[in-house]
Order: sequence, then C-alpha cells, then structure tokens
Amino acid sequence: MSNSPLTPGVVADRLPPAAYAENFSDVQPVLDRHEARVAADRCYFCHDAPCMTACPTSIDIPLFIRQIATGTPDAAAKTIFAQNILGGMCARVCPTEQLCEEVCVREVAEGKPVEIGRLQRFATDTLMGKGVHPFTRAAATGKRVAVVGAGPAGLACAHRLAMRGHDVVVFERRAKPGGLNEYGIATYKTPENFAAREVEWLLKIGGITVKTGVELGRDVTLDQLQADYDAVFLGIGLAGVNALRAVGEDLAGVRNAVDFIAELRQSDKAQVAVGRDVVVIGGGMTAVDAAVQSKLLGANSVTMVYRRGKDKMSASVYEQDHATGAGVRIIYGAAPVKVLGSAAVEGVEFAYTHDGPNGLEMGETFTLKADQVFKAIGQTLTAAPIAKDGAKLVKQQGKIWAGGDCAAGGEDLTVTAVAEGRDAAEAIHASLMA
Amino acid sequence: MANLTTNFIGIKSPNPFWLASAPPTDKEVNVRRAFEAGWGGVVWKTLGSEGPPVVNVNGPRYGAIWGADRRLLGLNNIELITDRPLEVNLREIKAVKRDYKDRAMIISLMVPCDEDSWRDILGHLEDTEADGVELNFGCPHGMAERGMGGAVGQVPEYIEMVTRWCKKHTRMPVIVKLTPNITDIRKPAEAAKRGGADAVSLINTINSITSVNLDSFAPEPTIDGKGTHGGYCGPAVKPIALNMVAEIARSRETHGLPISGIGGITTWRDAAEFMALGAGNVQVCTAAMTYGFKIVQEMISGLSEYMDEKGMTNTSELVGRAVPNVTDWQFLNLNYVTKAHISQDDCIKCGRCYAACEDTSHQAIAMGPDRTFTVKDDECVACNLCVNVCPVENCITMVELPKGAIDERTGRPVSDYANWTTHPNNPTATAAE
Ligand SMILES: Cc1cc2nc3c(=O)[nH]c(=O)nc-3n(C[C@H](O)[C@H](O)[C@H](O)COP(=O)(O)OP(=O)(O)OC[C@H]3O[C@@H](n4cnc5c(N)ncnc54)[C@H](O)[C@@H]3O)c2cc1C
Ligand SMILES: Cc1cc2nc3c(=O)[nH]c(=O)nc-3n(C[C@H](O)[C@H](O)[C@H](O)COP(=O)(O)O)c2cc1C
Ligand code: SF4
Ligand code: SF4
Ligand code: SF4
Repeated sequence: MSNSPLTPGVVADRLPPAAYAENFSDVQPVLDRHEARVAADRCYFCHDAPCMTACPTSIDIPLFIRQIATGTPDAAAKTIFAQNILGGMCARVCPTEQLCEEVCVREVAEGKPVEIGRLQRFATDTLMGKGVHPFTRAAATGKRVAVVGAGPAGLACAHRLAMRGHDVVVFERRAKPGGLNEYGIATYKTPENFAAREVEWLLKIGGITVKTGVELGRDVTLDQLQADYDAVFLGIGLAGVNALRAVGEDLAGVRNAVDFIAELRQSDKAQVAVGRDVVVIGGGMTAVDAAVQSKLLGANSVTMVYRRGKDKMSASVYEQDHATGAGVRIIYGAAPVKVLGSAAVEGVEFAYTHDGPNGLEMGETFTLKADQVFKAIGQTLTAAPIAKDGAKLVKQQGKIWAGGDCAAGGEDLTVTAVAEGRDAAEAIHASLMA
Repeated sequence: MANLTTNFIGIKSPNPFWLASAPPTDKEVNVRRAFEAGWGGVVWKTLGSEGPPVVNVNGPRYGAIWGADRRLLGLNNIELITDRPLEVNLREIKAVKRDYKDRAMIISLMVPCDEDSWRDILGHLEDTEADGVELNFGCPHGMAERGMGGAVGQVPEYIEMVTRWCKKHTRMPVIVKLTPNITDIRKPAEAAKRGGADAVSLINTINSITSVNLDSFAPEPTIDGKGTHGGYCGPAVKPIALNMVAEIARSRETHGLPISGIGGITTWRDAAEFMALGAGNVQVCTAAMTYGFKIVQEMISGLSEYMDEKGMTNTSELVGRAVPNVTDWQFLNLNYVTKAHISQDDCIKCGRCYAACEDTSHQAIAMGPDRTFTVKDDECVACNLCVNVCPVENCITMVELPKGAIDERTGRPVSDYANWTTHPNNPTATAAE
C-alpha cells in the first residue's frame, strides 16, 4: 500500500492488500442447507403465483422452492434452468426487489418476501457445484445458426438452439464471452470468476462454437452471415455511451463508467487507479456500481449526482441503500453544467433542477471537487451496419432475430436478455422446422 | 431418469401417485385438472346406491390443526360420500377415462351391507371402462351411523363377506380400503385377503375432534351450536398410517398382499417411505386439498431424483425395501451403543437440549458459563430427545461407539449383538446359543 485514500489524483494501491479481497468478496454469500430450508418453508406455494408472473423468464418459483423444502435442490435447479439457463447469474444480479420479491404475497402482506433470489442461488450453486449439466441435445437437425454477441441474450439463445438440435456459432468481438456478466456486473455480485465458470458450464450442452475476437461489421458482415447460416440472432447489447454535452467533458480524468467497470472487472483490484474525490453522474445500476466500486477501491469521497428525484431513479431503493451504506453520497435533483479544470478535471459545476413547463429546468448552482468523473447516463446502440444510430433493433426481420439490450422493448436487465434470447431461439426453431 | 411407471395389481399408471377418494376426485372438472397436472391415477369419490343421493351439512365440514406459520398439519372432516346422483358420476367417469387411457381410474363404493346392493352397484360400473374398484370400509362418521363404511370395516367377518360378493360380481380388481379405527389392523387385512381382495389400501381417516370452541362450548367444526367427531387426515396421521402399512407388510398372514399406501403423504419423501414399507403405490388427499394439484410435480421430480441417486430404475425396486428391517422390540440389539454429539459450529446456544435432558431425561448435557453445551458421555443413554428438540437440523447427531470401545456410562466394552430374549434380566430368557 504505497498510497492512501487521501493521496491526491487518480492512483492505484490506496488500500492494504487484504482490504481489496474483503471489499470485493461475495456481497451476499450462498445460504447453507439449514438456512435454505428455513427460507423455503416460508413459501406458501401460491396458486398462479405472482412471483412467477413477475419473473421475466417465468421460472416456476413455487415449485423450485418446494423442491428445496423437500431436500431436492438438484431438482429445484432443473426447474430453474429449464426456464433460465443463466439462473445462476440471475440469482446474483436480478433486482429481485423490483421483480419476483416485490410481488411475493409475503412482501405485500408483511414487508418480508420469501428470499427467492437467494434460494435460487442455493439451488443453482448446488447443481453447478457438482459440474452437472442437466440438459442433452435433441437429434441433430442439420441447421446452422449464427449468434452475434456472447452476452446473456446470445448465450441463452445459443443454448436453447443447441438443445433443439441445431449447430450454433457465436461471434463475439471481445476476448472473452459473457457480455456484461464478464465486463459489467459489479464484482461483489459475481466474484470468483463466476461469469466465466457459468459460460463454461453452459457450453457443456455441446453444439456451440464460440469465436471470440470477431466483430460484426469489421470481421464479418451481416450479408455473409445470412448467406452462410439458416438464421442469425443479434444479441450485441449497447456499445455506445451517452455524452454529457457539457463543457469540459474531454478533460483528463473524465471517463465512461462502463469502461472503468470493464477495466476493473478484468484487473487485479490493487492495480486499478481511482480518484481521491470521485463524482459519478447518473442514476442507474451502472452509476451505482461505478460509485460503490470506487469507494471500495479506496476513494476518499464519492458522490453520485442524479438529475431527478429519488423516486425516478432507475436503480432500486435497495441499490441506493447499498450505495449509501458503502459510504457513497447521493445528491438527487442536480444536473451537470460544466466540468472544471485546466489540464485535468478539478471539479464539476452542477445546477439544482426542478420540473418546469418545458421539462427539467436549472436553478441555483454548486460545485463539487473532483479529480475523477464517471459518466453513467445511459448507453446506446451503435451498430451502424445494422440499425440507424440510436434506434433499437426490431425483434425479427426475415431470417434475422434480435434480443437483449440491443432490441426494442423490455428492461435492460440480464434476466430480460435471457428471456428474449431463449424466446428468439424457440421462434427460430419453429421457423426452421416449419 | 428413473421410470416411475407403476403396475399395481395389473393397473398401470405413469407414476405411483394417485388421488385418494375424496373431494379432489368428486367431479369430472377436478379429475381432468388433476390429470393435466400429472397425477397417475384417481380413486373417484365414493359412490353410493342408486336413488336419491346423501346430503351433506351446509355449514363448515372441516376442522384443522396448524404448526408454526399456520402450516396445516391435520385436517378433520364430516363430509359424507358423494352427494351427486349416481348416473352423473358414472357418465363423468366414463368421459374422463376415455380421454385419459394411460391413467388409473378406480371407483370407490359404499352401499348397504347386503349382496343385492353390491351386485347392483357393480353392474352399473360395467361400461365405464374403469380399471378397478375400491371398497370404502373406512369413513368413520355419518355413514357409519347407517351401518356402512367404518361400521363394516370394524368387523372382519363383514369385510370378508362383502369382498367375496364383490369378487363374485365383478371382473375388475378389488381394493379394500381399511379403517384405522381398530386395535389390530392385521385382522381386517387378513379378512380382506380371505375374501379374495386383490389389494388393501390404508388408511382412511381417524376418529377425531380437532378443537373445542371455548365461547360456545361446542366441538369444531360447529353446525348450529353442535359438533360431531370427524375423520382426521393430513401430515399428522402419517406415522400411524406407516405403522399400519408395515404391520400388514411384515405379517406372515398378509405378507405379499399388495398395499396402496394412504395417510398424510405430502412430499416425494413421504411417498417413498410408504413404498419402502411395502406400498406398491400411494394415494394423496389432504396435501392436494392444501396446496392444489400442482404438488404432484414435486413428488415426481423428487422420487425420480431419489431413485436415480440410488440406482433404481423401476419403482418395484423400492417397494418393500424396508420391510425386512421392521422387527419387534425384543429383537433389537441391546449392545448397540451411541452417544449424542453436539457440533459446536452449528449450535446456536438456545439451551433447549439442556432443558429437555436435564428436566425430563437423563441429566446428560452440561452447560458451561459461556452457554457452551456438551454431552456427558458417562450419563448419556442415547435417547435422541435432544436431537429431536434442537432447532438446528444435524447440529446434534448420534455417534455409534465401535465394537470394543468402553461405554463410559456402564464402564463396559461394546460387545456383539444380543437382544432381550437372551438378556439375564429377562425372567423368560432363553439361553443364548
Ligand atoms: C455496469 C452495469 C451493471 C449492471 N448491473 C446489472 C445488474 O446488477 N442486474 C441486471 O439484471 N442487469 C444489470 N445490468 C444490465 C445487464 O448487464 C444487461 O441488461 C445485459 O447484460 C444485456 O445482455 P445482452 O446480451 O443484451 O448484452 P451484453 O451483455 O451487452 O452482451 C452483448 C455482447 O455482444 C458483443 N458485441 C457487441 N457488438 C458486437 C459486434 N459488432 N460483433 C460481435 N460482438 C459484439 C459484446 O462484446 C457483448 O459481449 C448492468 C449493466 C451495466 C452496464
Ligand atoms: C373431505 C374428505 C372426504 C373424504 N371422503 C372420502 C370418501 O368419500 N371415500 C373414501 O374412501 N375416503 C374419503 N376420505 C379419506 C381419504 O381418501 C384418505 O383416505 C384420507 O384423507 C387420508 O389421506 P390424506 O392424509 O392424504 O388426506 C376423505 C377425506 C377427506 C379429507
Ligand atoms: S408469491 Fe411468495 S409465497 Fe407465493 S409462491 Fe411466490 S415466493 Fe412463494
Ligand atoms: S373453499 Fe370455496 S366452497 Fe369452501 S368455504 Fe371457501 S369459498 Fe366456500
Ligand atoms: S438445542 Fe441445539 S442449538 Fe440449542 S443449545 Fe442444544 S445443541 Fe445448541
């Protein structure tokens, strides 16, 4: 530890080595068997269960919880994976407080939901821990499908297609598959290289070839794919990042939050440089993750600034509490006016906002000291060869399907991407076999 | 995956899970839903003779007891047999069976105790294409007052007689459903066997009063200020049913008589336990009434996972596996010695084991000043009470002392198998061989 939280500028190594291990370890460890039984016992096995309706992948939640309660976690895992092959990741990253657990009848009645996410993790960890892959492929159909992007959408699509007997080639421009599971999700939600282990486990189904370092638009064209394959699935996520459109945005020390997070996910944490005074602009999960992880890397002060009120913030209250619990300060209702500094960023000027007749209006200003600024105000599709910049892709056109963040409609969540990838696979299967 | 297909007295079903004769099987609409959910078979709600059907009470017919979190543990009912006309039931049975040929369809019957009544009703079933009949000698309330159900089931001679009539008047397999409201379950089972029954099913419900209203001073469920005893079922009755099944399975007279196990079956594990004790299949009522038909999915996945783990490919490999290990007390090994052991890692220091052992058992648990609880091996008689009251599963375990080890309580080494029949304290002991 050559530096400390008070060292000025953007530097690495602010904490003793043990602190990094501690800070980036599992935020919510897996339940043990007894805890899982106790948690499972709380489920009422509701008829036409609201939790199941709220799950974008429609996992049969009452059934898998009952299977845990009766001591068959492997069967529970199969119930989960039958609907959601990335059920392991989803158990870790789903904002359950906005999905299944929000509508659990026990949340509504008592403010204490059945711990669906944690039970899902218990079951999926149990089966995956045995290295067992529970599905086999149907007889080969002789059809070949190209999947572009190895994120949750692409992987879910590829797996379901392989299960149905088709041969799949996945093209991924990055060095590793996994998409944002590998390069985005907060470290402490998916420690111990879980994203990579999950992909490896998923590919055990067979029939899927993953080609990394291949970019659609650079190394291969859509026309080529259409010519060479019976169908194409696009699960390319959102590669573009919204600009602040504020003066000073190009100063050194101003960075896209997603790039910072991608670097962080792939590095030894002690080697990641972080500012002494960090300002994060935005109000989604990306903003929260950048802010919290800056704090965990040893930044002395971290402030998240969101232009609207707490209730409008897309990060859930649970996520916000997690951020403030980690020592992040959240300022609601303020928008950046300009980034201050000469060679590098020294601060950011904000204006308080209020709703006016023409939308958000700026009022009184204030300045926050900053030597590092993260922009996290949304991502966009920059798939020039495929769509008009900005507009999301339609879910199907001819023999091209799309799903996940890059496709129109739906929330930008891992679980939604899985659902859309899986459903596209079923649609492709139906059309190929028609 | 293990094959759950079951052949019970020649009746095939895709799995051994049948719905017992009761409200879940009272109508075409229920039974179709049940088959859609995956049940392997149904025993249709008990039919009575032709003519005006029985009538039920129009107030509450169930009472219950609950565990923590209001989990339903025991259910009691004062319902009678079907209150719908015979023709309607028969028409519906036929319609359902036609659409679900792979599922078992059994018709439960209860008519007055004369040969003509039984011949008539059996004649009516001829063209339903049902797979078998079940004779309801069980219902302990209402019908028994009219000389049917439990009233017949408590008299072995009647069971034998009616069974014989039925075997004479139908080609279908005959299952005799036994009442548990009797001191020795082997007697009615033997009678059924003598009468030619293809199988017995058990248990029907147990005579019970679940609760008393302390304001109106009437048993519950209460009908206009009065109550009556009803039939008890659900998880609470499982231990009673298991014993009765085992008694029949291991008795010399009835060994090998096919058994359909009933009573408190709620999970795959309950079902597997009944089957291990000799039941060729199982029937379920209260669990379906509590949670809906969908629970069969857990039973199916759980049983097949268990069988896979055990390397069993057919349910017949499970049936009866535990029967040879059910014995009389006198044959238990008195030289088998265990000691309770508390895992300090798992202990949450509640002290329940201490209170139980110190107040009511053998004063064999020590409590340290920092609430550390340990077993005193020189006092522990291995009664298992602490294991059962500890809130943490597997926190207290029973550790077997190896042969030759000194039991600190008696000061004697653990020796070879020996039971009460040869024990020196037994006045009627026979000399050891
Ligand atoms: C920082 C951050 C934190 C998040 N936290 C959560 C969370 O906690 N919970 C949650 O549910 N969601 C979270 N999300 C959202 C979630 O990660 C996404 O919704 C999800 O990953 C979308 O999956 P996808 O497959 O559509 O896209 P991605 O995961 O983005 O995958 C797309 C893949 O396509 C590849 N690709 C792109 N273009 C090309 C091309 N031209 N050729 C070849 N390959 C290409 C990319 O490299 C990538 O691997 C978070 C997102 C971010 C950014
Ligand atoms: C409401 C109710 C009605 C029942 N009616 C019948 C019946 O008509 N015929 C019969 O043989 N058993 C009847 N039974 C008994 C069940 O078939 C079964 O033997 C008993 O409930 C034990 O199984 P369980 O613990 O799974 O409920 C009835 C049980 C209940 C709860
Ligand atoms: S809503 Fe809650 S209690 Fe009901 S089935 Fe879902 S998890 Fe269980
Ligand atoms: S369960 Fe249905 S029929 Fe019975 S009392 Fe309730 S509402 Fe009425
Ligand atoms: S009952 Fe169990 S948890 Fe409680 S003190 Fe005893 S051993 Fe510990």
